[in-house]
Amino acid sequence: MRVTPRARTLSVLKVGAVALSLALSVSACGGDGDSDSSGSGSEGSGDELTPVTLQLQWVAQAQFAGYYAAVEQGFYEDEGLDVTIAEGGPDIVPQDVLAAGDVDYAISWVPKVLGSIEQGAGIADVAQIFERSATTQISFKDKGIESPEDLAGKNVGSWGFGNEWELFAGMQQEGVDVEDINLVQQAFDMNAFLAGDIDAAQAMTYNEYAQVLESVNPDTGELYQPEDLNVIDWNDVGTAMLQDAIWASTEQLEDDEYAEQTVAFIKASIKGWAFVRDDPEAGAAAVTAAGSQLGTSHQLWMTNEINKLIWPSTNGVGMIDEAAWDQTVEIAMNTENETGATIISEEPPETAYTNEYVEQALDELRDEGVDVDGEDYTPIEVTLNEGGN
Amino acid sequence: MLGRLRAGLLGALGVLLVAALWDLYKAFGPEQGVLVGERTLILPRATDLAMPHTWEMVRRLFEPATGLRGAPTALEAVLDASAFTLSIAARGWLVGVVVGIALALLMTRFKIAEAGMLPWIVLSQTVPLIAIAPLVRRWGAQIEFGSFTWENEHSVALIAAYLAFFPVAVGGLRGLKSPARTHVELMHTYGVGWWRTLITLRLPASVPFLLPALRLAAASAVIGSVVAEVSIGLRGGIGRMVVEYAQSAGGDPAKAWAPIFGAVAVGLVAAGAVGLLTLALRPFHLTETIR
Repeated sequence: MRVTPRARTLSVLKVGAVALSLALSVSACGGDGDSDSSGSGSEGSGDELTPVTLQLQWVAQAQFAGYYAAVEQGFYEDEGLDVTIAEGGPDIVPQDVLAAGDVDYAISWVPKVLGSIEQGAGIADVAQIFERSATTQISFKDKGIESPEDLAGKNVGSWGFGNEWELFAGMQQEGVDVEDINLVQQAFDMNAFLAGDIDAAQAMTYNEYAQVLESVNPDTGELYQPEDLNVIDWNDVGTAMLQDAIWASTEQLEDDEYAEQTVAFIKASIKGWAFVRDDPEAGAAAVTAAGSQLGTSHQLWMTNEINKLIWPSTNGVGMIDEAAWDQTVEIAMNTENETGATIISEEPPETAYTNEYVEQALDELRDEGVDVDGEDYTPIEVTLNEGGN
Repeated sequence: MLGRLRAGLLGALGVLLVAALWDLYKAFGPEQGVLVGERTLILPRATDLAMPHTWEMVRRLFEPATGLRGAPTALEAVLDASAFTLSIAARGWLVGVVVGIALALLMTRFKIAEAGMLPWIVLSQTVPLIAIAPLVRRWGAQIEFGSFTWENEHSVALIAAYLAFFPVAVGGLRGLKSPARTHVELMHTYGVGWWRTLITLRLPASVPFLLPALRLAAASAVIGSVVAEVSIGLRGGIGRMVVEYAQSAGGDPAKAWAPIFGAVAVGLVAAGAVGLLTLALRPFHLTETIR
């Protein structure tokens, strides 16, 4: 086939134009992609609200329901704050983001932050939202693992990255060394556990435990039941460590404005958690509305389990209990992982936690008649559906 | 035309073959896999949990993604996420290609630039992605001029570009330096300057080297986008979806595969787009092969 040079140039141009327009249209359709702007409402009175960013330690899920509810219900706005919630991810370390000054507050576990503080991060626990630990080690009944002692010689799963300390502390307390178990790296899903590759898997009561209960037991054709599982609860073993807390910048706390804002932030957050306690369905819905992809029954289960970690609260939500803090520090200093390392080598500085701001927040809330103790709290019953839907 | 049709048919046949192999293994493979020793699995398990039926995976695509009222089907959700990731990858690819070609030109023009920069360019690719992703996000968060604020998706596109520029820079350099010495000397005898030599000789000669580099860059950009999305925690794309849907791997095993199909689709579209570019540049390709 003969093609004149001119015709060839033309067809070349045409194909090129198609390719170019395709590339352009593709890049254009992403231009208006809505990123996570969870907390920007009220454009009208925007001048008066202080913009505040909160860094989560994972993607949007009911673990953070109180904050999402506080945004949705306008609790932050009532306190003069325009809160944006920044979701986390596997490689986002909230305390580092906070220490770098990119956000105003962060949610993280105490043991994970203690290491950062020892390395010089100037941040402080200003409200201990979760009173209890949600980490457990679960196993099928036929494995006969009822206490940390029974873990010896078993395939024991852990996510690592600071999630393993309660497990190691529990084992050490009962004289089981890390060498006595076969430590298996656990993935985001529970398939290795369901397939039997892991005898005792790490499971948060609010997430992975539910994932198992949402799966079909091939022997019965029904979903797995709580009766099929043994659960080692670190709260019962006595090696629980403090989990989700609100962290603030120590240096900035010396600034009165930031200190005031911190009280307001804690206050509205606790109000959000009280809202979630009284109406878990609405709390779960707020998280789903914020873009969480979790199934409906799973989300509600998580909300309910999170509530159990907070309520009833011994001293009022957010108060850092000295004994619990000391236990966390003690474990962090004396528990060795598989490489013989501990989280910290010496006591954290006194600035690592303070009840100053949460006390103010609680006083104000009590004056307003908000129940911050939840003495009468009773969890709801959640039925999990297959796949969490 | 017939050739196209045949290629399309063969492509479809290839997909069917993979699906058939999958289900054949599932039907006849050992249910619990094959273990060597106590823990080393050399053949995968064939349970519904580990390997859902291919038709289960397809059927799952047409069911709602979540149990929520008004939830889109998994297919719609995956397509949305794919378009998002593709747009980021495309931007990363564009930036990567521009930077890559610019570097290649610089290194062709100045010997010292080549000696000084090439090792660093190679070194740049040894930095693990998960290490730079949070850094890029953090630096990006500090950028703000005028009405422009740096969003997380820009960080992801930047990381895609970081991976994409490499093959273009190296391939481009190789291509720009590919003309035979006699040709370059001929240009000298004509008294033609460097720019003119570039346009009439070096650039056309570089095309056969650039094309595979561009394709490689497209693949890198897609991989970079998906991984960086996960790393940075950017919502909306395929990478994040893989993590989120993995949660249902126990209770709804077919669902976890949906975003993986999306990732494959993104890769195919990206490769196809570069293929179109290849068509546009074919004349140069031909002159090269004739030589």
